[in-house]
Amino acid sequence: MGLEDQAAVKRVADEHGSDVVVLLGTPDAESTQTLAQTVVTGDPSYAGPLAGVPLGLPVLHVFEPEVKDQVPGDVYEAQVALMEMSLDRDAILAGLREARKTATT
Amino acid sequence: MRPVIRDVSLVLAHAPSFVRLGSKPLRELRRVDAPLGYLLPYLRDWDAACGYAPNQVFIGNVGVDDLAAHATPWHRHPVGGAQRFGPDGEIMPEHEFLGLLAACDGFDLLALDRDVADRARTALDTHPLIGRDSGRPAVPSGVAPDVIRERIEKHRAVPLLGVDGRLLGAMLPGHDEDDTLTGQVLMENLACKATAALALRHLLARPGAVAATDVRYVINCGEEAVGDRYQRGGGNVAKAVAEWAGCTRATGSDVKAFCCGPMHALMLAGAMVASGLHDDVVVLAGGSLAKLGMKFQGHLKHEMPIVEDVLAGFAAHVARDDGTSPVLRLDAVGRHEVGSGSAPLAVVKALYTEPLGRLGLTLLDVDRFSLELHNPEATEPAGSGNVPLNNYRTLASLAVVEKLIERADIGQFVRTRGMPGFSPTQGHIASAIPYLGHALRGLTKGTLTRTMFTGKGSLFLGRMTQLSDGISLIVERNG
Amino acid sequence: MELRGRKVIALGERDGVPGPALAECASKAGADVVLTLTACYV
Repeated sequence: MGLEDQAAVKRVADEHGSDVVVLLGTPDAESTQTLAQTVVTGDPSYAGPLAGVPLGLPVLHVFEPEVKDQVPGDVYEAQVALMEMSLDRDAILAGLREARKTATT
Repeated sequence: MRPVIRDVSLVLAHAPSFVRLGSKPLRELRRVDAPLGYLLPYLRDWDAACGYAPNQVFIGNVGVDDLAAHATPWHRHPVGGAQRFGPDGEIMPEHEFLGLLAACDGFDLLALDRDVADRARTALDTHPLIGRDSGRPAVPSGVAPDVIRERIEKHRAVPLLGVDGRLLGAMLPGHDEDDTLTGQVLMENLACKATAALALRHLLARPGAVAATDVRYVINCGEEAVGDRYQRGGGNVAKAVAEWAGCTRATGSDVKAFCCGPMHALMLAGAMVASGLHDDVVVLAGGSLAKLGMKFQGHLKHEMPIVEDVLAGFAAHVARDDGTSPVLRLDAVGRHEVGSGSAPLAVVKALYTEPLGRLGLTLLDVDRFSLELHNPEATEPAGSGNVPLNNYRTLASLAVVEKLIERADIGQFVRTRGMPGFSPTQGHIASAIPYLGHALRGLTKGTLTRTMFTGKGSLFLGRMTQLSDGISLIVERNG
Repeated sequence: MELRGRKVIALGERDGVPGPALAECASKAGADVVLTLTACYV
């Protein structure tokens, strides 16, 4: 995540408190893992405003079944389905699991 | 009158000393104790840049399918007998490029060291297309090192340090109190102008090319926003480049749409020709200095050379139908409309299904698609993925949705109708344009019938809309 | 996790699912989207 975006995420998370959830649309495992880590334990590259800032936000990826189940079918079909077909969904979700594991250890 | 694309030139300027002035390196190196030595082991010499297979594809010496079969990593498997010049352009060495920069600077703001200037002049004067007798401005004399140092210390000039740390020159600001005319900004603008000018001169030097004085309109779609504090991005690089290249009867303007700019510009050029407004229009763009070394941290992490060390430029001649040159189909322009929104399915339908459908065609009637062509060897080490592959897979998924292929055939579709990314990460230029030279050959001398070029622009980065942008153009065999 | 009633930060990517597409999903799931961003890494 770019440094400017990190600042915006931090500000919004601060403003809205404990109700905040991050929803990702990242296209591969590595970017998913990195971004998830950034908003949970802090910027792993230690470059941006979230360096050393564990926001601890819950992170979901739009490809996760628990997200898909909450979105009306026609909306999901229009907004997400094409990318779900073209991208490596399993690898992306594995990247997310990895980030969550890192966050709890 | 239907428009054709008569010719295209694609050039690279090897600029390893400028990597430190790229936006990302500039910011990151401020945190490093010894910035000069930090990058030194990772900066390539010209031989390595010239022999780099993606660069050879860029100038047309190596085909896209040959690259797909070329051993990886490409930076460890140079092309044997690689040439500086190719059918589409050249890879200019840095010592010569410095002379080109100085020759493009109409305000004497770039001062080169005396020896550097002499070497640059000698090299550039023997250039086959922009040599001493080509009518271009001369490479000015250099100045003494203490003059350069004084400009840096007292006049806020931006130092230009060689790969080894030697002071090559410095760029003065254009105004003391204007943030849009700092030495850094002007260096970026000058690099853009110079690489666009080089591309234009290549285009005008082709056998049977339009005479410089017959070019009536130039559209620049480069990334730099040339202007002043009262009008950032005021323009007009097109006219500056036309002037430099001797297009005395031309005027022009800049078209901007982030990386989608070149597709808009080609479409507009085609429309100008089709309407009879101008017979000969040139679309061009220079390189992005700001994007040099954009992913350098990934390259360092993986102990590989910084492959984002070249500035790119292109120029394309759009003209009246000559009966042989590939046709630019204005009746089937794909448009990411405002109402297309951001849903990927709606966007790809607007860019592919709709325009092809207008001609009674499907995705399977296109031999080759040119999409985002960013070299994955530049992006993957930095965790930015394989952009071309992702985009081709999305396109193939559209073919599945449209029941043209089976889901199991996505890989086959990508291999045969796509290509590996081979463009330097030069934003607007990487967006579809680098295949144009290969396409024009394939559509005239080769076996291609129809190609499709799609540019994407990340408009949301400018924070004025959440939308992205896209234009697709069909370029097909004449007759 | 139930999205309904939550504040969602939608972090999309140009070559993945863009921010506004995520935001549409989240809001149709009953969430309140408080930030929509799309990243472009090239």
